Amino acid sequence: MSASAALSDPIETLHIALVGSPNSGKTTLFNALTGSRAKVGNYPGVTVERREGEVRDVAVPIRLLDLPGTYSLDPETPDEEVVREVLAGERANEPVPDALVVVIDGTTLARGLGLVAQVLQARRPTAIVVTMIDEVRARGGRLDLGKLSRILGVPVMGVVGHRGVGVADVRGLLERARRWATPAEPPPVDDHEARFAWVDRVAADVGGFSPARDKRTDRIDRVLLHPLGGIPIFAGVMVLLFQSIFSWAVPAMDWIDGAFGALGGLSRSVLPAGLMTDLWVDGVLAGVGSVLVFLPQIVIVFTLIHLLEDVGYMARAAFVVDRVMGWVGLQGRCFVALLSSYACAIPGIMAARAVASPRDRLATILIAPFMTCSARLPVYTLLIAAFVPAERVLGPLGLQGLVMLGLYLMGALTALGSAALLKSTLLRGKVATFYLELPPYRIPTARLLFTQVWRSSRSFIKRAGTLIVVASIILWALLSFPRIPVDASLSQGAQAQAQLQASAAARIGHALEPVIEPLGFDWKIGVGLLASLAAREVMVATLAQIYAVGDADNFEGLRHALANDRDPQTGERSFTLASALALLVFFVFALQCMSTVVVMARETGSWRWPALAFGYMLALAYGGSFVTYRLATAFL
Amino acid sequence: MSPETTAAQAAHRPPKGPACRSLSDLDPGVRARLCHHSEHPVPTRLRDLGFVPDTALMVLRQAPLGDPLEVEIRGYRVCLRRADIAALCVVPVAQ
Repeated sequence: MSASAALSDPIETLHIALVGSPNSGKTTLFNALTGSRAKVGNYPGVTVERREGEVRDVAVPIRLLDLPGTYSLDPETPDEEVVREVLAGERANEPVPDALVVVIDGTTLARGLGLVAQVLQARRPTAIVVTMIDEVRARGGRLDLGKLSRILGVPVMGVVGHRGVGVADVRGLLERARRWATPAEPPPVDDHEARFAWVDRVAADVGGFSPARDKRTDRIDRVLLHPLGGIPIFAGVMVLLFQSIFSWAVPAMDWIDGAFGALGGLSRSVLPAGLMTDLWVDGVLAGVGSVLVFLPQIVIVFTLIHLLEDVGYMARAAFVVDRVMGWVGLQGRCFVALLSSYACAIPGIMAARAVASPRDRLATILIAPFMTCSARLPVYTLLIAAFVPAERVLGPLGLQGLVMLGLYLMGALTALGSAALLKSTLLRGKVATFYLELPPYRIPTARLLFTQVWRSSRSFIKRAGTLIVVASIILWALLSFPRIPVDASLSQGAQAQAQLQASAAARIGHALEPVIEPLGFDWKIGVGLLASLAAREVMVATLAQIYAVGDADNFEGLRHALANDRDPQTGERSFTLASALALLVFFVFALQCMSTVVVMARETGSWRWPALAFGYMLALAYGGSFVTYRLATAFL
Repeated sequence: MSPETTAAQAAHRPPKGPACRSLSDLDPGVRARLCHHSEHPVPTRLRDLGFVPDTALMVLRQAPLGDPLEVEIRGYRVCLRRADIAALCVVPVAQ
C-alpha cells in the first residue's frame, strides 16, 4: 500500500474531548479507552499538561483529548482556563472537539451535574459517563441512568473505570458520536442559585442524592483523623517512611554497590590494560554505579508514597498538615510534593501538578530542591563518617546521627522559609480558595501500584544511563588528560598523583581556588563541586578518582584518604572539621542537579524560574558555607 | 450594631439573633442551612461547588490542628479552610 492511499483514507478522524472534575475518574477512563498510550505534552504558553490518545478497538479512528480536571467553566486556574478555551474553540492549534464526554462521579452526582449544566450550555454533541457506579451500589444508592438521559436529552452511560466494566459500551458510544443528540433545552447556568436548583431537582429525580455514607471510610477516619490521635499517627507514618529510606534499602544498595564493584574488577581482569579500559571502569561503570545504587531507596520511597496515595491516606496527610503549610503561605497538597522530594526532587516537582493554585504550585516547585534528596546522602554519609567523631551524646543518640538529622532539618526549614519569602514577594497575590477531597479508602490493585512505581523509577534509571554516563566520561577525561610521560622511578601512587596534578581538572580546580578558599575548600573540592553541578552524587565519585583510591566503591579507603590528606607544601591537613561542615552546608543549599533544572524549566514553561532557583540556592550555599567555616574555625 | 450603620451595610450582615452565624463557627455534627446573607462576597469557587443559599450542609470534622474543616454538602464532602468559608452565613436547623 502506498503512502498516498493511507492519506486519502475516507474515514475522517473523530476528535472527542473528556471533561470532568479532578477525581471524577476521568483519567482512569481515558487510560482504559486508550490503553494508557497517551501522547503527553504541554499546552503552549501555559504549564498545563495536554494528554491525547487513540481510542483502541473502535471501528472509526478516534482521538481522545483528556482535558485538565475542572470544577467549573468559570476558570480560576490555568488548567480551567485551558478547558474553557478548548471548548470555546479559542485555543490556537487545537481543533474544536467534534463531541464532548462529561465524566462525573456517581457518588458525588450533584456536584458533577453543576459542570454538566455548563457544558450542555455549549450546545455541542455531548454524552455523559457516570463513573464509580459499583461504589454507588455498594452504598445502597440506586441511580436511574436512563432517566438521567431522558432529562438531559443526551446519552448517559455508567462505568467502573478501573475494572473496565462498561468500557466496551463507551467505545461503541464514541463510534456513534456524530449522531449524538444536542440537548433541546440546556439547563440554566448564568445564576448559581438557578443552576443548583436545577441540579437538585435532577439529582432527586434520578436518585442521585445521598447514597449512604461509606461506613468503612467513616470508621477509619474516626481513628486516623482523631482530634488527639491524628497527629501522632501522622508522625508515625512519616517516621516509617524515613525508616524505610535508611534501613530497608541498605541490603539492596549494598548488593548493587558490590555488583558494580565486581563488574569493574571483572572488566579489569578480562580487558587489556589501557585508556579504553580506564574509561570503561573509572568513567562509565563507577559513574553509573554511584547513581544506580540509589535505586532501591527510590523504589521503596515511591512504593510507599504511591501506596499511601492509592489507599487514600495522602489526602488525609494533606488535611492534617494544611494548617502548618498555611503558616508559610502554602497548602496541604504542597506537602505531598515536598515529601516525594525526599527521594528525589524530580518526582516532587512533577507531583506539584496536583496543587491547584498556580502560585502555590510554582512556590512548591522552587523550594522542592531544598528537601534532602537521596543524592545528597552519599556525600553526607562520607563526610560525616570521615570528620564527625562517633561519640554518644544523649543516651542512644550519636553525634554523627545528630549531624545528619540537623542537615535534614536545615533543608526542610530553609524550604519553608523560602516559601514564606516567595509568597510574600514574587508570588504575592490573592490566596486561592483551598479545597481538598478525602477520597474513600480503597485497597489498591498491585498492578496499578506496580505501574506507578515503574513509571516514577524509569526516569531515574534513564538519567543514570544518559546524563550520568556523559558527565562521568567528561570528568574522567578532564582528570586523565593531558597525559604526562611515565616516570619509572616513581611509585604507582606518586605517578598517579603527578598525572592528577598535571590534568585539566587540576588546572580548573586551581583557577577556582581564590573563590572557594574563603569557604575552606582546596582545589580538589573545587573540582568535585564543579563536577557535582551535573549531579550531587558525582561528588563522591570525583573524590574517589582524585584521591586515587583504586576502587571508587571502597568507602573505607576514601574516608581515610580524606581525613588524612595533607598539603604537600605545608604539611597541614587539607581537610578539617570546619571545612567538612562548610562543605556539608554547601550541599544542603546548592542546586547541583542538571536534571532538576531541566524538569523545573519544563514544568514552569520557562528558564527564568530555574535560573532564579539556581542563583538563589548558590548564594545561600556560598553564604552559608562561609559563615559555617568561620564559626567552626573560631569555636571548634 | 451602631446607629450609623447604613441600610446597605445591614443588608450584608446576618440578621440579628443568635441563630445565624458564620459557617467557620459551626460546630461539627450540627445540620445547618446557608442564609441569603453573607458577610462578604462569596468566592465564585464556593458557589461553583454548590454553596448557594438554602442549601443544607454539615461540618463533619475539623483537622487535628483545628483547620481546615470537612464539610458535607449536596451528598459529597469537601475540605475548606475557615478563612475561605468565614463569609458564608448559616442557620442551624432542627434535626
